[in-house]
Amino acid sequence: MKNGDYVPPRQSALGQFFDSMFLLALVFAALFAPLYLGLASGGKTELEVADKTTWSGLGQNAVMQAGWEKLGYTPETAAPLIISRFDYSFDQLALGVTALVVIGYFVLVVAFSKTEYREVIAERFGRRDR
Amino acid sequence: MTQTTTIHGEKISLLRVLGPGHVWALGVGIVLVGEYMGWNFSVGKGGAMAALIACWVAGLLYTCVAMIDSEVTSTVAAAGGQYAQAKHIVGPLMAFNVGLFLVFAYTMLEAANAITLGYLIQTVGGMMGMTDAAGEALVLHDKPFIVLTIMFLAWLNYRGVYATLTFNLVITAIAFLAIIILFFAVKPWTTEVLQHEELLTGLPYGWIGVIAALHFGLWYYLGIEGTCQAAEEVRSPARLLPLGTMTGIMTLLIAATMTWFICAGLMPWEYLGQAVTPLFDAARLMDSMPLMVLLFIGTIFSTLASANGCINDASRAWFSMARDRYLPQWFGAVHPKYRTPYRAIVFLVPVAVLFAYYAPLDQVITFSILSGLLGYTFMTFNVVMFRRKWPLGSIDRGYVHPMHPLPALVLLLLCSATYFAVFLGYGTQLMAMMLFFIIASLWFHFHRYRYVRRGDQFSMPWPRPQGDY
Repeated sequence: MKNGDYVPPRQSALGQFFDSMFLLALVFAALFAPLYLGLASGGKTELEVADKTTWSGLGQNAVMQAGWEKLGYTPETAAPLIISRFDYSFDQLALGVTALVVIGYFVLVVAFSKTEYREVIAERFGRRDR
Repeated sequence: MTQTTTIHGEKISLLRVLGPGHVWALGVGIVLVGEYMGWNFSVGKGGAMAALIACWVAGLLYTCVAMIDSEVTSTVAAAGGQYAQAKHIVGPLMAFNVGLFLVFAYTMLEAANAITLGYLIQTVGGMMGMTDAAGEALVLHDKPFIVLTIMFLAWLNYRGVYATLTFNLVITAIAFLAIIILFFAVKPWTTEVLQHEELLTGLPYGWIGVIAALHFGLWYYLGIEGTCQAAEEVRSPARLLPLGTMTGIMTLLIAATMTWFICAGLMPWEYLGQAVTPLFDAARLMDSMPLMVLLFIGTIFSTLASANGCINDASRAWFSMARDRYLPQWFGAVHPKYRTPYRAIVFLVPVAVLFAYYAPLDQVITFSILSGLLGYTFMTFNVVMFRRKWPLGSIDRGYVHPMHPLPALVLLLLCSATYFAVFLGYGTQLMAMMLFFIIASLWFHFHRYRYVRRGDQFSMPWPRPQGDY
């Protein structure tokens, strides 16, 4: 280490514990909570079918019917799987906001990284006259 | 021949002993589980034909990933793969994020493997028709097996008795062979078993379903870029890294197409689109006990091998970040007896258990895919910055990928399409993931970075980067 190099402070055991707990809490709050609270299972719709109690009413031919039955399904138990569809209609504003968040995230990370990287290069190679 | 490099101030020598076969096995071994589960959710998002198109488009995305990553990793020949690249090319915060991408891609894949294994045991238990003393049907629950799988593999990793590359290679080869045997058992040259004409129903969602299917189409190949982690140990990285990676992608492309061909010709797409163990279900539909046993073993082996590798890789990424002080140093400890990053291994266990226990398989896989996708997006601007800061001729490169920046542009385009694919049906998870990484980034920049030694973050023997960095 050269003179003038940044010397990081020593982090206490308690500080390390809080940092670890913060990350764990962040994982559970941001990623797990939406799943656990059922907020992440939207976007589904149901297909209109003639009759949910017969294979033909569900639009299944003989080969499909044989497959379902071999897998242990009846028309009643297979119906929820057959009529369930993703709803791909979307709000353009929601799409725009999502795109903005993804792009904004990368812009933020690259911009902050740039300031940190300059410090790294300055220590590694010395400061550059501008 | 040995290569000496300096990592964290220690001289570490790695033997350059790996050939193209090893590189191929490393990639295919990590990814093969994707043929046994997860890929079929792309059928649910767009129908069977959409899944096949998505499989091939995702193959193009991974070809770009392999080309770009081969150049950067064969030059940044340091342990840590993309994490080390980000430290040297973009900066510490990017490296922190890339480290988290790796940890989450692997930890969520580990959870997905445990869910699949638990479900399979529950299904087979149900098929055996076991009863208790009173004659009541015994129901085998998947949850204890999910927890036990994660705990057992974490304990193996803690003890350092993790499967070697050779052992993983053997069980992966058996899992791969099981797919080949099933393929020939369905007699693909006749319509005796496979009934594509009766089961394929075109594009139930239209072309938007094809884009939506790209989301899970990535699952066929997710992790193939892991081949580049072996850059320091490959005999001739310039030739063998791209060769091993590209042949790995071709193998997976063939295996994926075979898997699709078998499953799409045996079961209705509405079932296939939500199945947890599609290849095992295909064997069930064949009415053949030997095939069922074979695919049961294949599924168990592929999930175990993958989960084991995931614990190993995720804990080492967490450990590396702690050694660089990006995370509390407490995690950077090595076990005095077993020489393993035991604290990192233990810390990640509750994360994997909780997601495996409570979250549905498709949601867990989506988090793993999103982590991978963020990493691929990073690669697009990383390679452009790499070429600008160190133009061709300024440093020795193991491999120079052709047609730069075309692969980066194609990759960016395909990544953008995949973000849109995830948005279709899984928009909440996408926003949750972005929220997590934004808060984590702010935490790192404004709080954690003060504990990081600046100059230590650049260890490659390169000249000062050019231009305005």
